[in-house]
Amino acid sequence: MTTPVVMYEEEYALLKTVISRLCVDANAKFVFLVDKNGQQIASYGEMTDLDTTSLASLTAGNVAATDGLANLIGERGFPVLSHEGEKENIHISIVAGRVILVVIFDERSSLGLVRLRVKRASGEMNQIFEAIDAKVTRERDMGFSFDSPFAEITEDDIDALFN
Amino acid sequence: MTFINYASREINCKIVYYGPGLGGKTTNLQYIYDSTAAQSKGKLISLATETDRTLFFDFLPLDLGTVRGFKTRFHLYTVPGQVFYDASRKLILKGVDGVVFVADSQRERMDANIESLYNLDENLKQHGYDLMKVPYVLQFNKRDLANAVTYDELRKELLRKDEPIFEAVANKGVGVFDTLKAVAKQVLMELRKGSAG
Repeated sequence: MTTPVVMYEEEYALLKTVISRLCVDANAKFVFLVDKNGQQIASYGEMTDLDTTSLASLTAGNVAATDGLANLIGERGFPVLSHEGEKENIHISIVAGRVILVVIFDERSSLGLVRLRVKRASGEMNQIFEAIDAKVTRERDMGFSFDSPFAEITEDDIDALFN
Repeated sequence: MTFINYASREINCKIVYYGPGLGGKTTNLQYIYDSTAAQSKGKLISLATETDRTLFFDFLPLDLGTVRGFKTRFHLYTVPGQVFYDASRKLILKGVDGVVFVADSQRERMDANIESLYNLDENLKQHGYDLMKVPYVLQFNKRDLANAVTYDELRKELLRKDEPIFEAVANKGVGVFDTLKAVAKQVLMELRKGSAG
């Protein structure tokens, strides 16, 4: 089995700062980070009724399908996707090769502005994800993660989930 | 690939229901959705054709509760079973934490079961996984049908390791939660092993 992806509080706070600034600077309605397997990481914005879990899953599915399309025509992938609706638009880009950044915006912004601001935010996020990788590697080298919630999980704990 | 968020104290795991077309994968998810309290589940998303055949995937987020202070959320996916949707199946297996193989017990579907299981093995390999090591549960569905082959016959053809087997009638809910529980248990136990380095 592959190693779990881990998000720590310190880096989470930094990511939140970056995406909240991106949301303001790009005049966007909502900014959302999701991993390529469809798990949501962080979000910021005004769309309170949005089903973010479904958004995460469908975004990852969309990116995966588009990567499949890219491969068919001999491309490695399409790192930027853009969907234009009547009122709302979605800009999707890949950060650090594995995380998907989603920006939802309307007529108050423009695709050009969003692309410009996303570029700057992506650079900042790359550094944050590098820091997370370094931390995970350090913990692994130490033998195990001391604050892991799973180290002492029992069968009873799991049974209790289904009762 | 499990996602552990220490900031929001959440664990997210991905379970994929695999198997031949019309074997009952979507029915498993539909039963789980219908039997789960509203506060524990998200929307059931089905990307299906006009005839309700799964086109890309079905998706159901399920909150099971708290383990050691961490909210556990399982993301359940199905794949399209029809042979020609192999590209979709490959994509959905990406980052999988556990697999349920839903076999169709009907005699005329035995070849389809074997072909689908072979296809699962191949597609897992392409993502760098080994079926022999991935948390895995086998479900024999449609046990109520008159043309169902015997348990022993299915076991002989489909067993790959010492995986747990559950007999099911998914449209009536028989065996559905036992299957889910067994695979969830393996995934969480695998995480325990991983945390011990």
